[in-house]
Amino acid sequence: MIKNISNLGDAALYCDFGKEVNEEINSYVITYFNHLKKLVEDKSIQGITNLSPSYNKLIVSFDLSITNFQEIKNKIETIKILNNKKKKSKKIQVPVCCEEKHALDLLNLSKKLKTSPEEILSLFFSKEYFCYMTGFIAGMPFLGDIDETIRVDRLKTPRVKVPKGSVGLTEQFCNIYTFESPGGWNIIGNTPKKIFNKVDLNNPALIKPGDKVSFYKITKEEYLNWNG
Amino acid sequence: MAETYFEILRAGTNSSIQDQGRKNLYHIGITVSGAMDQKIFKISNALVDNNLNEGVIEFAYQGPLLKLKNGSVNFAITGNIDFNIIRKNSIIEKGRCFQNYFLNKDEELDLIYTKNSVFGYLAVEGGFKIEKIWNSYSTNTKAKVGPNNGEKFSIGEKIYLKKSEVKNFKKKNIEYNNSVSTTIRTIKGTNFDYFSKEAKNNFFNEEYQVTNLSDRMGMRLEGPKLENIVNTNIKSEGLIKGVVQVPADGNPIIMFSDHGSIGGYPKIAVIITADHDKAAQLTPGSKIKFKEVNLDEAESLFKAYSKETKSYLEKIK
Repeated sequence: MIKNISNLGDAALYCDFGKEVNEEINSYVITYFNHLKKLVEDKSIQGITNLSPSYNKLIVSFDLSITNFQEIKNKIETIKILNNKKKKSKKIQVPVCCEEKHALDLLNLSKKLKTSPEEILSLFFSKEYFCYMTGFIAGMPFLGDIDETIRVDRLKTPRVKVPKGSVGLTEQFCNIYTFESPGGWNIIGNTPKKIFNKVDLNNPALIKPGDKVSFYKITKEEYLNWNG
Repeated sequence: MAETYFEILRAGTNSSIQDQGRKNLYHIGITVSGAMDQKIFKISNALVDNNLNEGVIEFAYQGPLLKLKNGSVNFAITGNIDFNIIRKNSIIEKGRCFQNYFLNKDEELDLIYTKNSVFGYLAVEGGFKIEKIWNSYSTNTKAKVGPNNGEKFSIGEKIYLKKSEVKNFKKKNIEYNNSVSTTIRTIKGTNFDYFSKEAKNNFFNEEYQVTNLSDRMGMRLEGPKLENIVNTNIKSEGLIKGVVQVPADGNPIIMFSDHGSIGGYPKIAVIITADHDKAAQLTPGSKIKFKEVNLDEAESLFKAYSKETKSYLEKIK
């Protein structure tokens, strides 16, 4: 549940759901997000211009010429989420090629963790991950939690360009770079699958908060011949 | 009749189409974008009788050199811009901002530079014939989102106009106060208490200089280092325009229109909405002084800002 609501500047609410990052807290964030999104779409709440759900926060931006902090806060406080019933989550399978050319940080990771590359990949591919949020760049999913033995910090110096499709690890999370972008995650492979489709304006993001994602390994040939 | 368009003879530093911005897409990582100076963006549309949210060309520092092909156009430039209109027989007419002009085919518009400011706007009556993406004309060139595949305008391109010629040209103009203010008002951020007592003091009392590493995404500042005594990272969470983030190096960064939708640096402060436009116009080398206000004050200041914008718009009618 929301622990505290404060103002972020004069045109946004900062809803704090707690300090920890776990599926339970995040599913409350997503429940509130979906509820508010529906109110916005139905036009039963005026002035909200954006909703940003993340691990354990929800930021609600609004147009100060239409409403204000107190008004939106009052409305959010009256929302009663009776049962935090989990929506059926979509399951998505993502192919990853871990050839040397794509696994930019696998060897360094292996040294850092004192674990063989094969073992790192086998632990990575063995779990199903929960999508906590999407963002930073269009459609980038923040997934977790990865096995405790393969957790590492971000790169000391972030890359200026991480190739599109790169699959990265940091702390308890993994992600997919939907576009070429700067970034500091440890890259272990690359997917040829389209995770964000700019052309599909109604449903551009393949993976959404609350979805479950599993990865499977493909060969160089399968990667090159991938369609879609 | 042939279509009317501008041919780009020089693209300028960073020229793109913008409007109010894109709404309700932060959750998939699409940021708002939109005009950096919302007030003069609206005024540019009003000067040519447009809907206030029509797409306009935003330019920074050096603007584009445009040649009108076919037809005619009613246009206006807003900002603090040095520009010329090159009439037939190469007669150069010095341009004045905040008034509209009639431009005939084969005449040129040379937007030379933004004086003492960063952004300027070119609006044309009827707007540009450009496809909206996610219900907005705004272009985010870093994320490649928006019309024109998210790219800025480049030399040789043609920008088509919705209206091929001007029927009844009526002169309009206003006196606009282009004064620069380096005092930027902020509300304490959600991580204000991550910073040392000295850092909090410095933030509100010392000057922070705008560096060259500033664009539509963010403005990097330099000044007395802001020491973080709790944690230089937070769990990634949403960002909004105006947030002042402080990474581990202790130098603040202001988030602007094309900022990433989420970030993991502590938020020391947030610039009030009423001061977004003037902060965006500060050139590298400017020295910012942050002033603290509370939420009530920020809301009153926004009312004053809206009233001022409205009074400009009413004068144009």
